[in-house]
Amino acid sequence: MSEAFDGGAHLPAAFMNPGTSSFSEFLGMVAPDLLPGNRQLPQGVSSTHLTPEATTIVALTFPGGVVLAGDRRATSGNVIANRDMDKLYRTDEFSAIAIAGAAGIGIELAKLFQVELEHYEKMEGRSLSLEGKANRLATMIRGNLPMALQGFVVVPLLVGYDEARREGRIFSYDPVGGRYEEHNYHSIGSGSVYARGALKKLFADDLSEEDAATVAIQALYDAADDDSATGGPDLHRRIFPLVDVITADGHRRLPAEDVARLATQVVEDRADRPDGPRAPVR
Amino acid sequence: MPFYVSPEQSMKDKADYARKGIARGRSAVVLQYDGGILFVADNISRTLHKISELYDRIAFAAVGRYNEFENLRQMGVRLADVRGYAYDRSDVSGRVLANIYAQTLGTAFSESNKPWEVEIVVAEVGEDAAADQIYRITFDGSVVDEQGFLAMGGSAEQVTTALKERFNKDAGLGEALSAAVHALRHENGEERDIEAAGLEVAVLERARREHRKFRRIQGERLSALLADRSGGAADTDTTAGGTASAGTEDEG
Repeated sequence: MSEAFDGGAHLPAAFMNPGTSSFSEFLGMVAPDLLPGNRQLPQGVSSTHLTPEATTIVALTFPGGVVLAGDRRATSGNVIANRDMDKLYRTDEFSAIAIAGAAGIGIELAKLFQVELEHYEKMEGRSLSLEGKANRLATMIRGNLPMALQGFVVVPLLVGYDEARREGRIFSYDPVGGRYEEHNYHSIGSGSVYARGALKKLFADDLSEEDAATVAIQALYDAADDDSATGGPDLHRRIFPLVDVITADGHRRLPAEDVARLATQVVEDRADRPDGPRAPVR
Repeated sequence: MPFYVSPEQSMKDKADYARKGIARGRSAVVLQYDGGILFVADNISRTLHKISELYDRIAFAAVGRYNEFENLRQMGVRLADVRGYAYDRSDVSGRVLANIYAQTLGTAFSESNKPWEVEIVVAEVGEDAAADQIYRITFDGSVVDEQGFLAMGGSAEQVTTALKERFNKDAGLGEALSAAVHALRHENGEERDIEAAGLEVAVLERARREHRKFRRIQGERLSALLADRSGGAADTDTTAGGTASAGTEDEG
């Protein structure tokens, strides 16, 4: 590793130069090898089996905030690589991201984004606007494009509470860094098509925080029901989905016992009605 | 025309120059209290800070020339963030930052004509009071590992003497703040009034649940703590805790 930040006698001049408040840009100057997406991979060989895939994530807004939830499974082909993975990252007080796609790169990207926001806040003395955070993440995904083209696609979902607008917002991305604002709800990952169907039917714009969390768990259940790469609630091992809530009071992860209670209820209800709650025909 | 100046004379001149520059500014104090480390600076600006967060458990306080210590602060933030990202958050320590500051200031002092007119403190809050670290780094690059409390800037000596009278490391936040303000009022040997608006106050709060222990105290909370002090009551730290991140709370 480079001497640059080991506290060696002489720091590179870049440390003292006025200029960027962006951590990833700065890292690109002093230690580019630490950036995800900067790696050279062998050409012409399939390397997609190198890291497991992380799957379904759902998000939905409710009056006063936004809920983000993820299942816990990571797969490598048809093998379950990990049963209790955490795909949600609190990135600062009012935002969180979740990742789907190549797990190794995704986790690194989430960590980098986390430092990016904190670094900006310390350098500038104030945090970025939610819009600014969303754009910054788009730039960072663009940096991963060479890796994405070799099969290491990472697609994050950013949620946050917009202090200026006083509402929860959801942003989705494509592998080239395209940024799209989603309204009401969204889902990414291999089980997302099934989750999105459930969200579409269960979403209402007057959900309470707890109801929104339940809708997220219902949607994840449906994703796990039809997608083998998404893990459902594991009652035996007590592994339940992770649920983060962001409101005007900031970010908080729902306590495990609360999620366990909601998830157990969902599973019990499915014993009577395996296809889940019904929406009225008209 | 070339002329000869002895190294002793040159060093002495530089030190005098730096001391004079630092003495022009107002003071800042750093002290331990029962919940962590308190930083108080005499600073009327709301945006140009003398006290800032460097990393999760580490804060920075400085007096002297703003552009110079701001430069050092940014360097520290960069170093801490790069190290924490490359290794782990727990691998960033106050000692590493204090060393790099000492090297930077020491090199500037001996190798350039104009020394930096700054004095800084790097403080890290530990798991318990015994593990707290407070380093004072002066313009010539010397580092002192301080115990309990310190004052720097304008008339550091008078302020230190006044602080010594009231310092108690087991004091609550209100009492510690009161001691700090009492000390800052003794600047230039005269007693003067300091309003809440003229104070920059922050703490490294040991018990804070978040990974970032730094928090500014401003606005209503600061006024309440100060009013409390004049009423003679001890610490009533009811607004402590919560999940608000440093630098955003109580703003505006």
